[in-house]
Amino acid sequence: MRRFILFIPLVIFIGMGAFLWKGLALDPTELPSALLDKPLPAFELPSLLDPERQVTEADLKGEVALVNVWATWCPSCKEEHAQLNRIKAEGYKVIGINYKDDREKADIWLKKYLNPYAFNIFDDKGSLGLDLGVYGAPETYVIDAEGIIRYKHVGVVDQRVWETLRTVMDQLKQSGKVSAE
Amino acid sequence: MRYLVALMLVFIPLSVFAAIDTYEFKDEATRARFHTLTFELRCPKCQNQNLQDSNSPIAADLRNEVYKMVQAGNDDAEIKAFMVARYGEFVLYKPPVNETTYILWYGPFGLVVIGIIVLVAVSRKRKRHESEVDDLETHLNKDETDRLNDILGKGEHK
Repeated sequence: MRRFILFIPLVIFIGMGAFLWKGLALDPTELPSALLDKPLPAFELPSLLDPERQVTEADLKGEVALVNVWATWCPSCKEEHAQLNRIKAEGYKVIGINYKDDREKADIWLKKYLNPYAFNIFDDKGSLGLDLGVYGAPETYVIDAEGIIRYKHVGVVDQRVWETLRTVMDQLKQSGKVSAE
Repeated sequence: MRYLVALMLVFIPLSVFAAIDTYEFKDEATRARFHTLTFELRCPKCQNQNLQDSNSPIAADLRNEVYKMVQAGNDDAEIKAFMVARYGEFVLYKPPVNETTYILWYGPFGLVVIGIIVLVAVSRKRKRHESEVDDLETHLNKDETDRLNDILGKGEHK
């Protein structure tokens, strides 16, 4: 019995070691989204390329889509842009939120690097970004056909992240079909 | 002289001015409330800074939002709820008491209780041990007492 007690510190040490080891792999900058499984916030903002047209949250419904928050001042957005183009080429819908940006610069950007977005919401004051809880571009959301946020990724979308996102989108499409039948 | 002034101006660190916003408050109470709130709310981007001392653009936006809300007369709970609805409980430096934070709030007390239990157990054991030693001496028979005294060098046959 006494012998056994001597091992308690070792057990505690191993336990804490395992705990801290796991902590190393966590990314503390990744915050859980407060809006997960909640509908998109209501908004009314102009379209980026067509300033006359007003976009509302209703325009985002109807189809499972990626919503990508980007800006020309954001270097990581440039990094992920090619991936977004590939995603579009794979036949998935991508909607852009141009966050606190300059219309002209954004226009040039889309001409230069191609435009993967079905349409872009021009959020120059960042009001929609604030309602979405955006804290650093780029951020990417998966929304379902009802416009409910199902997944959030903060940071660059690369091939690996896209595979996760694609799985989420495929599942949503699948369950959408089932419920429609 | 003019060149000297110009040269000195070049070296003024711009960052010094970064986190200073100029807000006009309707009264002192509102100003105080703004300060407490921006002190207690955490910047979502910068991990361990509050809104007050962060230079990041998102912190500036949120300060602005807090400013608008205190000016409009929203109470503290409303403003915090507004932030939590968007950024989650991460933004609160003082987390609310709920299932996920029980361990955070009550864990330390639990540890203190465990510490006291261990302390009591150890001291009891020690006491028992001591009394056992005493008992041993009183339970010696005549021969043993003699031998013991002999060894200790304080017997009758000296």
